[in-house]
Amino acid sequence: METIELPLLLEAMVQRYGYDFRDYAPASLKRRVHLAMQREQGVHTISAYQDRVLHDPETMARFLDVVSVDVTAMFRDPAFYKALRDKVVPAWRELPLLRVWHAGCATGEEVYSMAIMLHEEELLDKARLYATDINQRLLEQGKGRIFAIKKMKDYTNNYQKAGGKSVFSDYYTARHDDVILRAFLGKNIVWAEHNLVSDSSFNEFHMVLCRNVMIYFNRKLQDRVHRLIYDSLPVGGVLGLGHGESLQLTPYENCYEVVDRAVKLFRKIR
Amino acid sequence: MKYGLVVIGASLGGLNSLRGVLSALPGTFRLPVAIVQHRSSDADDTLQFLLQKECARLVREVEDKEAIIPGKIYLAPGGYHLMVEEDHFALSTEAAVNHAQPSIDLLFKTAAEHFGPRVIGVVLTGTGTDGALGLAEIEHGGGVALIESRQTAFAQEMPAAAIEATRHAIELKLEEIGPYLVKLDREQEAG
Ligand SMILES: C[S@@+](CC[C@H](N)C(=O)[O-])C[C@H]1O[C@@H](n2cnc3c(N)ncnc32)[C@H](O)[C@@H]1O
Repeated sequence: METIELPLLLEAMVQRYGYDFRDYAPASLKRRVHLAMQREQGVHTISAYQDRVLHDPETMARFLDVVSVDVTAMFRDPAFYKALRDKVVPAWRELPLLRVWHAGCATGEEVYSMAIMLHEEELLDKARLYATDINQRLLEQGKGRIFAIKKMKDYTNNYQKAGGKSVFSDYYTARHDDVILRAFLGKNIVWAEHNLVSDSSFNEFHMVLCRNVMIYFNRKLQDRVHRLIYDSLPVGGVLGLGHGESLQLTPYENCYEVVDRAVKLFRKIR
Repeated sequence: MKYGLVVIGASLGGLNSLRGVLSALPGTFRLPVAIVQHRSSDADDTLQFLLQKECARLVREVEDKEAIIPGKIYLAPGGYHLMVEEDHFALSTEAAVNHAQPSIDLLFKTAAEHFGPRVIGVVLTGTGTDGALGLAEIEHGGGVALIESRQTAFAQEMPAAAIEATRHAIELKLEEIGPYLVKLDREQEAG
């Protein structure tokens, strides 16, 4: 049944709302659809769910929240930031202006991590950090600079392992169960809704980070996004992927050299 | 081919049990093996390194959408769930499932879904109940269900939950599991 119903649901979403999940990786997508259905009262079949999605934009918005696996963390994979600082940042000193694109940034933890690092390297003032995601609600949350205080222990740990040069708690003020990051960290961030499935490249960047976003896509869609990223980088531009991701078997494998294989940092060479 | 994939799940005490199983697999072992060991989200290759030392076959951390190829030992990377998707693996960073990441249940269920009777599931030592539902689904799909005996498991909770959830699963002492897999691999050759 599911093999008939699921494609119909996805088709309905494209037709009605323009959101195209047809080339998302099936294993994860199926789980997300079932999870989204469980959260709706009285929906027992995908067809019933489709009916509700079609007639109620709020249901679609809730689906978007479930399908965006928005798990993220500041200085996630500290080794990634360490390598970035040691192997990539030095070349940025000469630039008059630095543009970095965080594609699929969820609530922006990765973007603020970058801002902190650039601040410590005295590069933040000349930087523009483009923070994009398919889900506007996540971007709004990120813009607010408010994060749960209970996560700060892990983040502090990550920050130190990532080669942080200062004291992590200097970057936020605690209030009740939350912390608010200092305002200067947000002032060079441009937040914008951008769908990697259907939108095109919008600038050229010195670096693109697209970490743990393409794991939710099938190979065909991954290739499309790699094209988009390739088109957004000049020769010498840097690409950062998630720890479990790879350029291997993509059509662009040969267009990059490895900056650091273990943390998935690459540089465009042709 | 009778079998297509071996999936193994382990939690507390898993390093020792995994070494025990992998060290018994000869270089000629052909079935691909996918391993979930509960671990912190740190992306660190220590586990891969420790297992490789004991194993005649190549052990590697899975990269997203990597093809499932005979003779290789695949390890779920820290910070991800590992799933089977047709003839390849898929990763996900979704939250813990039944308190676990990587989730044994997720690997086992998706393996059962795509390999049906051609999958062999093994639940090793551990606390918690992860793996029990997944192993039940493997059994339900006609696959082979193996459980580390509570006599050798460092932590019995996970094997006990797996016994509870399944009907005909075979309980084996740690030192018997590797040889049993080798036997199934050879049957494969004969059949
Ligand atoms: C697991 S998060 C990754 C967050 C961050 N990059 C990290 O690695 O910590 C995946 C994000 O990708 C976003 N996403 C999913 N599909 C997308 C698409 N088609 N275009 C842009 N972003 C998308 C989701 O909304 C979610 O915020």
